[in-house]
Amino acid sequence: MTTKLVKRALLYLVLISFALLFLVPIYVLLTTSLKGNNEVTLDQMWAFPSQIDLSGYKLAFSKLFPHLGNSFLLTIPATILSALLGSMNGYVLSKWAFRGSNTLFGLMLFGMFIPYQSILIPLIQFMQDIHLYNSIPGLILIHVIYGLPICTLMFRNFYVAIPTEVLEAAKIDGTGFFGIYRHIIVPLSITGFVVVGIWQFTNIWNEFLFAVTMTTQKQQPIMVALQNLSGSQIVQWNVQMAGALLAALPTLLVYILLGRYFIRGLLAGSIKG
Amino acid sequence: MNKRMMLLAVFLVLSLLTAACGSSGTNDKTALENQPQTNSDSNSKDSADSSDADTAKKSVEIFSWWTGAGEEAGLLGLIDLFNQKHPDIEVINAAVAGGAGTNAKAVLASRMQGGDPPGTFQVHGGAELNTGWVAAGKMESLNALYESEGWMDKFPKDLIDMVSHDGTIYSVPVNIHRGNVLFYNKKIFDDNHLTPPTTFEEFFKAADALQAQGIIPLALGDKEPWTATMVFEDALLGVLGPEDYKQLFTGEIAFDDAKVKDALEKTKRMFSYINEDHAARNWQDAAQLVANGQAAMNIMGDWAKGYFTTDLKLQPNVDFGWIATPDTGGSFMVITDTFGLPKGVKDANSVDEWLKVLGSVEGQDIFNPLKGSIPARVDADSSKYDVYGQSTIADFKQSSLTPSLAHGSAAAEGFLTQVNQVMTIFVTKGDVDQAAKSLRDAQVSSGIVK
Amino acid sequence: MTRTKHSRLPKSDALIPVLMILPSLIAIAIFVYGFIAWTGYISLTDWNTLVRNLDFVGLSNYAFLFQDFRFQSDLRNTVVFTILFIVATIGFGLLLAMLVDRRIRAEALFRNIFIFPMALSFIVTGVVWQWILNPTTGVNLILQALGAAKGHLPKWYISTSIVPGISGGQIELGIPIALIAVVIATVWQMSGFAMAMYLAGLRGISDELKEAARVDGASEWTVFRRIILPQLHPITGSLVIMLTHISLKIFDLIYAMTGPGAMFVTDVPGVYMFETTFRGNHYAQGAAIAMIMLLLVSLLIIPYLKSSLKEGAS
Repeated sequence: MTTKLVKRALLYLVLISFALLFLVPIYVLLTTSLKGNNEVTLDQMWAFPSQIDLSGYKLAFSKLFPHLGNSFLLTIPATILSALLGSMNGYVLSKWAFRGSNTLFGLMLFGMFIPYQSILIPLIQFMQDIHLYNSIPGLILIHVIYGLPICTLMFRNFYVAIPTEVLEAAKIDGTGFFGIYRHIIVPLSITGFVVVGIWQFTNIWNEFLFAVTMTTQKQQPIMVALQNLSGSQIVQWNVQMAGALLAALPTLLVYILLGRYFIRGLLAGSIKG
Repeated sequence: MNKRMMLLAVFLVLSLLTAACGSSGTNDKTALENQPQTNSDSNSKDSADSSDADTAKKSVEIFSWWTGAGEEAGLLGLIDLFNQKHPDIEVINAAVAGGAGTNAKAVLASRMQGGDPPGTFQVHGGAELNTGWVAAGKMESLNALYESEGWMDKFPKDLIDMVSHDGTIYSVPVNIHRGNVLFYNKKIFDDNHLTPPTTFEEFFKAADALQAQGIIPLALGDKEPWTATMVFEDALLGVLGPEDYKQLFTGEIAFDDAKVKDALEKTKRMFSYINEDHAARNWQDAAQLVANGQAAMNIMGDWAKGYFTTDLKLQPNVDFGWIATPDTGGSFMVITDTFGLPKGVKDANSVDEWLKVLGSVEGQDIFNPLKGSIPARVDADSSKYDVYGQSTIADFKQSSLTPSLAHGSAAAEGFLTQVNQVMTIFVTKGDVDQAAKSLRDAQVSSGIVK
Repeated sequence: MTRTKHSRLPKSDALIPVLMILPSLIAIAIFVYGFIAWTGYISLTDWNTLVRNLDFVGLSNYAFLFQDFRFQSDLRNTVVFTILFIVATIGFGLLLAMLVDRRIRAEALFRNIFIFPMALSFIVTGVVWQWILNPTTGVNLILQALGAAKGHLPKWYISTSIVPGISGGQIELGIPIALIAVVIATVWQMSGFAMAMYLAGLRGISDELKEAARVDGASEWTVFRRIILPQLHPITGSLVIMLTHISLKIFDLIYAMTGPGAMFVTDVPGVYMFETTFRGNHYAQGAAIAMIMLLLVSLLIIPYLKSSLKEGAS
C-alpha cells in the first residue's frame, strides 16, 4: 500500500514539475506584457513589473480588434471545409479503395511538404486569375487546399481502425456509400473531427505567410496585425507580448472547450468501436 | 439526409468547375506576361486617363513597412495632411511589418511579379531602387514632377543621383537616416576620462582602456547579420574615404584590394572588443547594453537615437552621446526611404498628388520629427527637430554623402545578401583573406566589375 | 483493405467514391503539382535578379548550392534538427500521455497546460525562447543562482561548436550544439499535440488485453513494449509525417528565435530560401533550394508510404 502511495506521490511530483516547466515561457510572456516600455529589457526578463502597466494591452487591443472578425471569417469556414473534405477523402481512401487509390493518396500526401515560400509568385498570379486575390474566400480556398493532405491523412488513419465488418454488415443491409458515411463513419469520427479541427484551427489562425501575401489592410487576419505591431526597426516588446496573448485567446478557448469534447468522444468509445 | 448529400454534391461540382476555369486562366496570364515591356508605358497612361473619366473613386495605395511606433505615427501624419488637401482621394495604407522590411519586400516582389503593383511603395534610394525595380523596367520617370515642383535644387545633388538612373529620376526621398554613427554612454566616458574617438587609433586606445576596466567596449547584436555589415561598411568608409568607397560599387576597386583588407583587419580588431553574446542579440538588445552601462559604444544607424529617447527615456547629450564612426567625420552614410511610381498603376494621377505631398517641406516636417529622422530637403524647418536632429541636419548639408551597403543603397540586394553571409562567418572566424576572396567572388558574380 | 473487394454495390454507385475525391485531386494537381512544376522550371533558369529572365541554364543553380558553405550547413542542420525534433517530441509526448493516462486528478488541467503552447504562433514561441535561452540572461541567470560556475554555463543557441565536428566538404559534420536550443523550443510547442494523439490511442487499447497479459505474469515493461507500443504504431506513423512536415518547412520560429546564427549553425533551407529569394532576388536559386527540399522529403516519405500502404493491404 505504501509503495503505491509513494508511486502516486512521485507521479504527481513529476507531473507538476513538467507543468511548471511548461508554464515558464508563459510567465515571461505575461510579466513582459504588463511592463512599461522602459522596463522591458533582457536583463530584467525574470523580474515582476514594478507596477502593472496596461498600456501594452490597450494599444495591442485597439490595433488587433478590427482584424478579429477577418480571422474568424477565415478560420471557421476553412477549418470546417477542410475537415469535411478530409473526412470524405479519408473515408474513400480507407474503405472504398479502388485501383490506384494508394498511389493517389501518396501523391496527395506529398503535397503537404511543398515549401510555401517557393510557390508564392505563381499562387498570387493564379489567385488573381480566378479573381480571389485579396479576399477572404481566396484565403479560405488556399487553406482548404493546402490543408487537404494532412486532414486526409488524419482521417484515413482514424478510419483504418474502424473494423471493416461493421461496414460489411451495413452493406448487406443495403446501405449505400453515403448512408454508411452518414450513419456509421461520421458518428465514429467525432474524435477525429475534434483533433483535425484543433489542428486546422490553430494552424490557420496562426498562419502568417499566406495571410500577409494574399491580403491587404482591410482583409488582413489577426496574425498580420500582430506582426504589424512591431516596426521596421523598433520593437516594443510589451505591446508585442500583450498582442501575442490576446491573439492566442481564441485558439486557447478552442483547446479548453474542445478538450472536453475530446474526452467525451473518447469515453463514448468511438475508437474502441 | 438526401438533401444534404445533394448540397454536398453541388458544392463539389462547383469547386470542380472553379478549379477547371482557373486552370485555363493561367494560360492567358502567361500570354499577357510575354507582352513587350514598352507597352506598359502607354498602358499606364491609358489607365491614368480613364481614371480621370470616372472621378467617382480615386485612390492611392501606399505600400511600406512603417508599422512601428514613431514611423507609423509619421505615416499617419502624412496621410492626414494628404486627406486635408485631397478629400476626394481615398488613401489605402498597405503596410507590412517585420524583418526590417523583408516581409514587405517579399509581398512587394510577389505583387509586382504578379502584375498587381501598389500605387506607390517604400524603397531605399540607391541600388535597391536602381538595380531593382528601375532595371526591371517597372518604374515611371518622375523628371516632370521634379521640374513642376521645383525640386531640382531642393534636394542635395548627391541624393538626387541616388534616386536617378541615366539622368532619369525615379523616386521621391522622404527622410534621411545616418548610418555611420557611434553612440556612446556618456557616463562611462566621463568616469574613465575618455574622449569620444574620432579615428581608428583613438577608438582602439579607448577600447583597450575600457576593456581594462572590465567594460565591454563595443556592443554588437548581429542576430541579424546586417548590423555586422554596418560595422564593416563604416570601416570601409573610414579607411577608403568617400570617393574610393563609392568606387567599390562601380567595380573600379576590387574587394580583395589591399585597402579593403585593411578595413577588414580593422573590423576584425573592432570585433575583438564586442560582447560575447552578440549572436543572441538584435540591434535593440545591443543598444540596451550601452543604455544600461554594460557596454560603452555601439555602431548603429541613428534610429537608435529614437530608441534611446522614446523607448528608454534617455536624454541626448546627457545619458548618451554620438559621433561619426572612426575616420568618417566628413562623410554621411545615407539611408533614405523613397517612394516612386510603378508602371501599370490604376490611378497614376492620385499617386502623383501623394508624391507631391511627400516631397513638400510641409510633408517632410510632419513626417520626420515623428519618425526620428531628418528631412531629405535642404530647406526644411530645423527648429522642428530635437538637438540630435539639428546637429545631423547641419552635418547632412556639409558632408559628402555615401550610400549605405547594409541597407541596399550601395549595391544590388543580391550582392548585399552575399556580403551578409560573408560577415556571418567573418564575425566568428575572422579570416581576412578568406573574407576578401569571398567578397571579391560576390562582387564579380553580381556583375560589379569595370 | 482487400476486404472492400468483397463488397458489391449497384454498378451505378461504383463511381461515387472516385467522384467524391476528384475535386480534391484536381485542386492538389494544380496547387501542388502545377506549382512544383513551375518551381522546377524556374530552378533551371537564370532568373537571379528582379528582372524575370527565363534563359535556360541547366543545373548551374544546383551546382552553386552544393558548393555553398551556407547550403551545406543547411543540409546538415535540417537532417540533425529533423531527427532530434521528431525523436524528442514523440518521446516526450508519449511520456506525458502515459503520465496523464494514470487516472490522475485534475487531468483536464494538466492536459490543457501541456497542449497550451500549440495555441501560440511559432513567431511568439521563437521570441520567448530567444529570451529564455539567451546566454547572458534567461535561464542561465537561474543556473548561476543555483551555483553553476560562470564559465561553464551553456551557450545555447550562440554556441558555434559542432559535435563531433568531422570535416566534410567545406563544413564540419555533426550536431551543432546551437540547434539543441531550437529543439527545446519546438518540443515545448509540439509535444502537447503528440501527447493528445497518444492519449487518444492509449484510451483505445482495451483494458482486458493489458490485464490478460499481466495475469500471464508479464512485467509492466513487457506490457508496454508488446501491447501498448504496437497498438500506438499507426499514431506514431501519422505523428512522424506531421512532425517531419513541420520540421522540414520550419521557418518562422527560427527566423524569430535565432536567425541564421553565427557560422550558420541554426540556418535551415527555409530561411535561406526566403532570404535569397525575397531579399537577394535570386528567384532561380530559391527555387533550386525548394526542389532539393522536396527531393529530401521524397527520400523520406516514399519508404514510409510504401510500408504503411503495405500494412494496409495485408
